[in-house]
Amino acid sequence: MPFSLLRYGLSSEPRIVPDFPPPPPLRDAYDVVIIGGGGHGVATAYYLAKRHGITNVAILEKGYLGGGNTARNTAVIRSNYLTPESVKFYIASVELFRGLSNEFDFNIMYSERGQLTLAHTDGAVRAFRQRAEVNRHLGARSEMLDRQQIKELVPRLNLDTPHQPVLAGLWHIDGATARHDAVAWGYARGAVARGVDFHPLTEAEDFLVEKNRVTAIKTNRGTIKCGCVVQAVAGASAILLNKLGIRAPIHTYPLQAMVTQPVKPFLTPLVSSSALHCYIQQTGRGEILIGGGSDPYPLYSSRATIDLKEGLLAHALEMFPFLANAKLMRQWAGITDMTPDYSPIMGLSPIDNYYLDAGWGTYGFKATPICGLTMAELIASGGKVPELIRPFSLDRFSRFHQINEMGATAASH
Amino acid sequence: MKLMPCPLNGPRNITEFTYGGELTPMPDPLACTDAEWADHVFNKTNPAGIVREWWLHNASSYWFIAERDTVTDTILRTLDPGEIFKTRIDFAPPQTTPSQENPA
Repeated sequence: MPFSLLRYGLSSEPRIVPDFPPPPPLRDAYDVVIIGGGGHGVATAYYLAKRHGITNVAILEKGYLGGGNTARNTAVIRSNYLTPESVKFYIASVELFRGLSNEFDFNIMYSERGQLTLAHTDGAVRAFRQRAEVNRHLGARSEMLDRQQIKELVPRLNLDTPHQPVLAGLWHIDGATARHDAVAWGYARGAVARGVDFHPLTEAEDFLVEKNRVTAIKTNRGTIKCGCVVQAVAGASAILLNKLGIRAPIHTYPLQAMVTQPVKPFLTPLVSSSALHCYIQQTGRGEILIGGGSDPYPLYSSRATIDLKEGLLAHALEMFPFLANAKLMRQWAGITDMTPDYSPIMGLSPIDNYYLDAGWGTYGFKATPICGLTMAELIASGGKVPELIRPFSLDRFSRFHQINEMGATAASH
Repeated sequence: MKLMPCPLNGPRNITEFTYGGELTPMPDPLACTDAEWADHVFNKTNPAGIVREWWLHNASSYWFIAERDTVTDTILRTLDPGEIFKTRIDFAPPQTTPSQENPA
């Protein structure tokens, strides 16, 4: 690497290396078809090619690479969940994130700053203690902080928030952020270099199902035969499931976020408060990123609403009053597929060769690497569900075995 | 602010209301299987398009039904539940002894 950089620096003609080839023609048949060219879809293709040597793979993306929720999330990476099932899963994800820049030879700007979650009630303090213990037991670094320790960690934070003062905090040392686009680009580049076909502007419109197997997919560019299918379409999960007649407990809600103008660095950790339905972090560019709870009713539209913004900003100002003079620069929304227990739906579906990667709600980005790894394992083994994702099966709801992670959201309940 | 045309209170700010879930027929809790009950409790149609659902006006505790387009974010129609439910539904008492009852 350093020598190639030196050669590049000394050469008179700048060398142009395309990162990504132009879209290939659509073949008649693929062994594996992945619907959705976001982080999860390209990560699945990457590990299929890299770890299992399966390269006759097509990724169908109705828009462009990583243009959906991969580009709209607030790039939080953490493993401080409540249930052992989730904590194990997200610890594995954090481990993979740490090595991605080296693995891709492409900087995903992984930045381990820690995440601080604030407790304003006795109930929250008790829940945080439980989370800290479960986290530590399984190997995630989480500990309780008192008010004095919080003050030292985040001097600018107002601990006496008017509605309910801060009592304690859950300090998650493994909390991190990364450049979300780079994660998708790194995975996509690695997958395509190993022979995977990435098809932008290609929408899966309908399915041909014979003997409980999807045999072909109709797209706007023609019909392709498939060995098996994975859906990884985040906010559009329910739309595809409805086409196949698969019943699922998914509710689709918009999630709004925004950034202010850039200011001098003042905030290293990610700070969130579920009582205030608000989380705040400062990006590498100095902007203050503010995110909060989902919209109050289901919707497939990423429109903005002023009432949600007003409520969210009022809570942000309770935590950091001096932000009152900051100007908002951008706002956006993503469409999230929420489940009743706030855990994803992964693995098998009622259709034999159709695999699910859905129901991520607000947790999708932080699971990208481990989701790709486990979904690739599931496909390569012909439908043997990896131990790590077995608890997240669709049929957990008919067995009443939910994995309740509502309390582990940063802000969205 | 978005307005919700409440059948009882007229047009009011939508922040005064709470979304109450899709309107789906309830299976008989005593006669149906666990799988049918789980399907009713958890699974949703969740269409990208027109959906019929319950809403509550918080201040007056009034439940009603709205037809809403989930793609365009428009409310097409609201109606009093009496327009759909013409007869009173009486829930039979549980057939179990209190010690076997599951409060959930």
